[in-house]
Amino acid sequence: MITISLTHYVVLSTILFTIGLFGVLTKKNAISVLICIELMLNAVNINLIAFSKFITPNDFIGQIFAIFVITVAAAEVGVGLAILIAIYRNKLSVNIDEFDWLKW
Amino acid sequence: MLVEFAMHHAWLVPLLPALAFLIIIFLARPWPKLSAVISITGMATACFFASLAAYGVFTNHHFTEHPLVYAARWFSLGPPGMPDLQINVGVQLDPTSAMMLFMVSFIATFIQLYSVGYMEGDPGFSVFFSYLSLFASSMLLLVISSNLLQMFIAWELVGLCSYLLIGFYSHKISAREAAKKAFVTCRIADFGLLLGILGLVITFGTLDFVELSERVANFKEYTTFGTLTLLAVLVFIGPIAKSGQFPLHVWLPDAMEGPTPVSALIHAATMVVAGVYLVGRMLFLFVEVPVAMDLVAITGAFTALFAATIAVTQREIKRILAYSTVSQLGYMMLALGVGSLTASMFHLWTHAFFKALMFLGAGSVLHALHHKADVWEMGGLVKKMPVTSWTFVIGGLAIAGIPPFAGFWSKDEILVVTLSGGHYVLYAMAAFTAFLTAFYMWRLIFLAFYGDEKPENHPHESPWTMCLPLIVLAAGAMTVGLLGTPWNNIWAHWIYFGEAHHGGEIAWGAMISSTVIAIAGIYLAYTLYLKDREKVKAKALAERYKSLYNLSFNKYYIDEIYLWFNHTIVDGSAKLFYLFDIYVVDGIVNGLGGFAKLSGDGLRVLQTGRMQNYALVFFLGVLAIAVLMAFAGPSAAGLVLGGVM
Repeated sequence: MITISLTHYVVLSTILFTIGLFGVLTKKNAISVLICIELMLNAVNINLIAFSKFITPNDFIGQIFAIFVITVAAAEVGVGLAILIAIYRNKLSVNIDEFDWLKW
Repeated sequence: MLVEFAMHHAWLVPLLPALAFLIIIFLARPWPKLSAVISITGMATACFFASLAAYGVFTNHHFTEHPLVYAARWFSLGPPGMPDLQINVGVQLDPTSAMMLFMVSFIATFIQLYSVGYMEGDPGFSVFFSYLSLFASSMLLLVISSNLLQMFIAWELVGLCSYLLIGFYSHKISAREAAKKAFVTCRIADFGLLLGILGLVITFGTLDFVELSERVANFKEYTTFGTLTLLAVLVFIGPIAKSGQFPLHVWLPDAMEGPTPVSALIHAATMVVAGVYLVGRMLFLFVEVPVAMDLVAITGAFTALFAATIAVTQREIKRILAYSTVSQLGYMMLALGVGSLTASMFHLWTHAFFKALMFLGAGSVLHALHHKADVWEMGGLVKKMPVTSWTFVIGGLAIAGIPPFAGFWSKDEILVVTLSGGHYVLYAMAAFTAFLTAFYMWRLIFLAFYGDEKPENHPHESPWTMCLPLIVLAAGAMTVGLLGTPWNNIWAHWIYFGEAHHGGEIAWGAMISSTVIAIAGIYLAYTLYLKDREKVKAKALAERYKSLYNLSFNKYYIDEIYLWFNHTIVDGSAKLFYLFDIYVVDGIVNGLGGFAKLSGDGLRVLQTGRMQNYALVFFLGVLAIAVLMAFAGPSAAGLVLGGVM
């Protein structure tokens, strides 16, 4: 039987992070981009908890940090979706390529 | 008691006219009579204090060697406690300044009295009196200054007042132009003077006359001979313009555009003698530098001769007098240049009386003839204007150098010191100038006051306010020279530089020759302009030497040369600099702007506005940092994060 070691967690987290990053960089739908950001954040959470469990098992630093990240992620998604709805009302589109007003 | 008070409060002398100026300008202006009263009262009181102070100085021989100096700290520069430079404002009373103080306030008082009659009915009557007060006040401040900076301020104030007064008839274009000319010409030279003052304060660390004279005497501890020469020449540039020396004399004849009392004030008591006075005050600097002394002497002698040759052919009465002033100032400079403060100040003193007298006389003539200025159109005025004419004749005798009138003694003194100094060429120039002076002055007198009356003129004698100053000044022009006769030279006893000058034997030769010269000049004028009723000879002479005549009549074309210089050289170089400005200076500025714009244009391509691009760049950046830290070790952290970690 294989023991699940730190390496497994890190690999899982890396895969998850890369999928998220790929989505962020390639998806045209803004909602998909937001979801992909969630993937990346959760990859980070896995990392935090894994390291916490294997390196400092008696402290819960990583876990607490993960909770913070979840909280912040929730807020971020809330704000992000609100902005998205506002943009949608203007442009009737959620295609991220059309959101280029910051360009000169 | 009162004398003591006056001596220790000599600052009252310039202050009183200054107060009169303020009162007139701010309060009394709508009431001309009141303004005149205030102005004259202020001036007369100042004159009273000045005479008391002068009396105090001239009764105590202590002051010839140790001037009475009192000063207040104005400002100091440098770290507190140990300032590098302290500037005082104060009073320096010695025989020279006491003489000037008395002379300036005395002449100014009578000129103001005269102005009451002369300026009657002028719309600017009050303002005129306020300016006169300010003018006299500035000059008095200049005279009592105990340090060079204070003197420079007064010097500039005098320049300002001359500008205001020369341009007093500002509705006349010529008056405005003359005022500007005077101001600009003096400003050019003041730049030299200012540089000289800066150089002196940098080199010697003080501007007080007394301290400065002590330090200059040991100048080798402070500086080199070359620097000192430069400083002396720079300081001399200021007086060149102020005292109308060649080549910056051009403003002085044009200053005639002002009302005549102003001309009298400028030419006799204030303004122009300021330059002579400054050189006299700074003589301790000049005597250390023989080159500078020679420069002063040669400038003086040349100016004297040069101006006299111009005066010979001029036609306007005031213009003749103006060139004679330039010429006489040349004498004063010459005397300073050969090292005789005594002779210079003596001539300044006598000149102030007879020149003020002659200008006021000329003003009286102009007043009577409704400003007809050409002497050829006058004639026979002596019958209608006896007071003016006879006082003018006295002035003419004085300036021509007929004994025992004032001008004789002072001019003779200058000739004697020039000769005894071994400056034979300068002596010849000065003696020839004396001949010309007698000639042109008596040409004026014969043409204007004698000869046939012109039927179109209806002259009348001037009111008493104008005649009284004439009489007083004529009395002065007769007698003030007796202070310095070779038999009993009180003057040399009090005012001298270095060693007191004791004449010893009387220079009969010089005295007789200068009298003969003067009489010859007058006689020549008599034969040409009075005996010869139709002026045939004079006209024939002018015709025969036409080129010389034109040269003199057009003042050697100096003005034209300046104009040409201004139009071609100054304007031409201005055009050149304009091109430089628009192409080089503006080019650099515009180029910098254009560069910023171009680089902005290039860089903005990077701003796609697509957040996924930004995210990619961001991610790549993080990746790069991570790689760098992983492979280069922790030492790269500082490089990457700029010392944050």
